[in-house]
Amino acid sequence: MTVIEVQGLTKRYGPDTVVDDLSFTVEPGHVTGFLGPNGAGKSTTMKMILGLAAPTRGSVTIGGRRYRDLPVPLTEVGALLDAGAVHGSRKAYDHLLALAVSNGLPRRRVGEVLARTGLEGVAGKRAGGFSLGMRQRLGLAATLLGDPQVLIFDEPVNGLDPEGIRWIRDFMRSLAREGRAVLVSSHLMSEMAQTADHLVVIGRGRLIADTSMSEFLRASSEGTVLVRTPDPGPFALRLTAGGATVREGPESSLVVSGMTSEEIGKFATYHGVTLSELTPQRASLEDAFMELTRDSVEYQGTTA
Amino acid sequence: MSSLATVPDMSTASNVTFANTLRAEWIKLRSLRSTWYTLACLFVVGLGITLLSMSSLAQEYESLTAAERQAWDPTNLSLRTYIVAQLIIGVLGILVVTSEYATGLMQTSLTATPRRHRLLAAKVVVATAVAVVAGQALMFAAFLAGQALLAVQDVPNAGLGDPGVLSAVAGGGLYLSAIALLAIGLGTIMRATAGALATLVGIVFLLPAVSGLFPSWLQGLFDFWPSQGAVAVLATVPDPDYPHPWLNLGGMCLGVAAVLVAAFVVFRRRDV
Ligand SMILES: Nc1ncnc2c1ncn2[C@@H]1O[C@H](COP(=O)(O)OP(=O)(O)O)[C@@H](O)[C@H]1O
Ligand SMILES: [Mg+2]
Repeated sequence: MTVIEVQGLTKRYGPDTVVDDLSFTVEPGHVTGFLGPNGAGKSTTMKMILGLAAPTRGSVTIGGRRYRDLPVPLTEVGALLDAGAVHGSRKAYDHLLALAVSNGLPRRRVGEVLARTGLEGVAGKRAGGFSLGMRQRLGLAATLLGDPQVLIFDEPVNGLDPEGIRWIRDFMRSLAREGRAVLVSSHLMSEMAQTADHLVVIGRGRLIADTSMSEFLRASSEGTVLVRTPDPGPFALRLTAGGATVREGPESSLVVSGMTSEEIGKFATYHGVTLSELTPQRASLEDAFMELTRDSVEYQGTTA
Repeated sequence: MSSLATVPDMSTASNVTFANTLRAEWIKLRSLRSTWYTLACLFVVGLGITLLSMSSLAQEYESLTAAERQAWDPTNLSLRTYIVAQLIIGVLGILVVTSEYATGLMQTSLTATPRRHRLLAAKVVVATAVAVVAGQALMFAAFLAGQALLAVQDVPNAGLGDPGVLSAVAGGGLYLSAIALLAIGLGTIMRATAGALATLVGIVFLLPAVSGLFPSWLQGLFDFWPSQGAVAVLATVPDPDYPHPWLNLGGMCLGVAAVLVAAFVVFRRRDV
């Protein structure tokens, strides 16, 4: 069952196309990471999913319906775009109560979501005095009011301390375990690696990758090997002849791909070459992500 | 699919009604301190001006000629406080909308209530209800306090039962409510408190002050303008310029309605 279906979504602001013919789906029971560098169009896409911005072209449906046609929106979708979006002089309880009442939800739901997000103690406090982490929890509490099956979070861990990040991450995982569809955006790959099951990567508004997390990890771990030897030139030729691809690394080292470090070690012993270093290079996830989105970022740099 | 640890019962929410939206907007309005500060300010300033302006009218009355005494309108004098009160009640109306834009809360409100006309209509109804109650209460309080002060000074004063008095006082309350509606419309169109307030001040103070500069074909507009023709209902002594003062107030209400229509149109169309 597909819950969020984005089809050919396009958004133009004046001459700029900030979301460009984007299509992807979000499935229940998964955390779908929505990844892209700053300015890639993640927030704009989420606003279009929620009917806050009108698409120039294309469509978004949630369970087959447009957001604005949902009869009781909060019971189907919970969304947190900006944790700062609370009125500082309103008490946390009243903030949630107004939202619950607007969708005809029972009053006791307010207490229940405050409990689940660990905010019972500050229900009567004004949100203006909350730390960013507490506001983030208040925003999460609001998304849970209607017990929705679809949750949408825009950069929920931005600016949080490590403990807050861990809490949010565990929280999203538990929501997905309960069978909900969770769409969460980020501009940091490392953060997604520990949270998401599925990845939708965009750059400059275009879809770059739509893949499972495990697939992405496998692809990005096909690493290279750093080799140092007193006389790299001849060894490089031998390696190439042996079927590996070799390029020059830093400080007259060699970066070898197409052979494992074990194979290179045996190869060196066989040819009587002394190695001073033999290190497998695991491309970091961040590197893999940068590689993936480099074109889109560079393009943005030149047009900006 | 499993659910929350505490199994929620959502059976009460099969559909959202306008009553739900109204109740939610009322909770939002009453849960802000600024709402109550603004209302307190309305009464403190509104009545304060009445008291100050009415406390030393005996001398002035003494110096009037017989003809001028004919035109002595104690009701209108006690309602003059509308001049400042309209700005304060305007701030209340503006903030109902602009405070949500300033905090970003408008996005949250619209995800909870994606039918935009319904959300804005609920804001309009709730804020207008508050403005009607506050506006009438202020006008009646200002009238009663003002007349009591005149009585103490032994100057001719009016009672609620005197001809034309009730309609002048209630007309003042209605005028203030219409200004609150205008303010909501301006707040929605401008989306920013400062811009909306500046526009309101321009409409109620600046334009009337420079009305003489406008060409004659535009002068007719001032018969229906706030602080101008539209406040003719606040008088009990007939003004030859405005033989049918309720028509003048009605004309202003039409203008306010036009601003609100524009507000509803842009509120639906714009991205948030
Ligand atoms: N209301 C707007 N008007 C004009 N340009 C906008 C508007 N909102 C966003 N943009 C532009 O669209 C691009 C994508 O923005 P955004 O969706 O916020 O990206 P992300 O969330 O991925 O960082 C950016 O270049 C941004 O400047
Ligand atoms: Mg963003």
